Amino acid sequence: MVEFALPKNSKISGGKTWPKPAGATETREFRVYRWNPDDGKNPSVDTYYVDTHDCGPMVLDGLIWIKNHIDPTLTFRRSCREGVCGSCAMNIDGQNTLACTKSMHDVGAGGAVKVNPLPHQPVVKDLVPDLTNFYAQYASIEPWLKTTTPTPQKEWRQSHEDREKLDGLYECILCACCSTSCPSYWWNSERFLGPAALLQATRWVTDSRDEATGERLDNLEDPFRLYRCHTIMNCAKACPKGLNPSEAIAELKFKMVERQI
Amino acid sequence: MSGPSSMRTPLERVRGLGSAHTGTGDFWRQRLTAVAMTLLIVPVIVVVIMLIGRNHAGAAQILGSIPIAIILLLFIVASTWHMKIGMQVVIEDYIHNEKLKIASVMANNFFCVAVALASIYAILKLSSGV
Repeated sequence: MVEFALPKNSKISGGKTWPKPAGATETREFRVYRWNPDDGKNPSVDTYYVDTHDCGPMVLDGLIWIKNHIDPTLTFRRSCREGVCGSCAMNIDGQNTLACTKSMHDVGAGGAVKVNPLPHQPVVKDLVPDLTNFYAQYASIEPWLKTTTPTPQKEWRQSHEDREKLDGLYECILCACCSTSCPSYWWNSERFLGPAALLQATRWVTDSRDEATGERLDNLEDPFRLYRCHTIMNCAKACPKGLNPSEAIAELKFKMVERQI
Repeated sequence: MSGPSSMRTPLERVRGLGSAHTGTGDFWRQRLTAVAMTLLIVPVIVVVIMLIGRNHAGAAQILGSIPIAIILLLFIVASTWHMKIGMQVVIEDYIHNEKLKIASVMANNFFCVAVALASIYAILKLSSGV
C-alpha cells in the first residue's frame, strides 16, 4: 500500500530555538526544517529570528540572512534570486514556491514563516531535496527537437500562430514545485511522470517543427506515465511562474483521444 | 536512493518496462459513461419514484414498458462500467504490491460484472412479467 505516514526516521522531533539577534528592533520568526545525514538523528525544526531591518523582503533573503548571521550550517539551494533558475523551490507555509519570489510579508499572517523542503522527495540535507528521479523523468520525454527531414540551411521555420501555441509551456523552469505538490506524484513517482515532465512533453508534442509527435504520444500513452493525472490541479496552484500543467496534460489526453476517434 | 535498484541508472528506472500503449480506451470510456449517466439520471429517478410503494405486480407492470426497461438497462451498463474503471484507478493509485494489485483488479472486475448481470437479470425478469 501507499505509505501515508512518514517513515520512523523521517518523523520531526524537537529543534533548537536560536536567540533573537542583539539590537534588532523588529524581527520575524522563521521555523526551518533541519536534517543532517551525518548525525543519525531525526529531522527537527529550528526557530530563528531574522532582523527585518537588516534583511531583504523575500523568504530567500531571510534564509541567506540566517546563514550569514546565525547558523552557517543551514543548507539550501539558490542561485539567480529572481525566479529564473528554479533552484530555491521549497515548501513555504504549506505551499510549494520559490523562496526568492515569495515575500515574507505575504506568508504566515505575521506569525512564523514555516520553511520545509519540497514534499515527498528524499532529502539530501536541510532544504535540499534529491531530484534525481525528477530530472530522469524530464530526460525520458526527450526534450529536444526531433526531425527526419534534413536540417535546412538556415533555421527550422515556424509561423507566428504555431509559435504562440508554445506560450504557457516554454516558460517552465523545472523547479519541481508542481510535481512535488501532486498527490498522484507522491503515490506513484516511480511510474507517473508528473506535471513538470508532462508539461514539457506537451511543449514538444505541440511544437510545429518537431517530426516525432506520434512517437512522443506513443511513449506517453500509459496508465501510469500519463493517466495517473486526475486533474487535482495542485500543480497549477503551486506553479510560481503561473503556468497550468493540468491544462497541458489535458491537451495530451485530448490528442490521445483525437488520434483514436 | 538505496537498495538493489540503486545500481540501475535513474533513466533506466524511469523507462522501466516501457510504455503500455494503453489507457486512452479506459479514459475515453469513463467520460463516455459519465455523459451517458448524466443524460439517464433524471429518467431513472423518475422511474424509481414511480416504483415507490408499488408491490411486485405494480413494479412488473411499470418495467413491462419497453422504454422504461431500456432506460434502466442502459443506466446499469453505464454505471457498472464507470464503477469498474473508477475503482481500478483507485486500486492502481494506492496498491503498490503487484500480487495484491492484480488480485484486487481481478476482484473488482468480478464484482462489477456480477452486479451488472444480477441487475440486468432482475430488470429482464420483472419486465417480462415473471
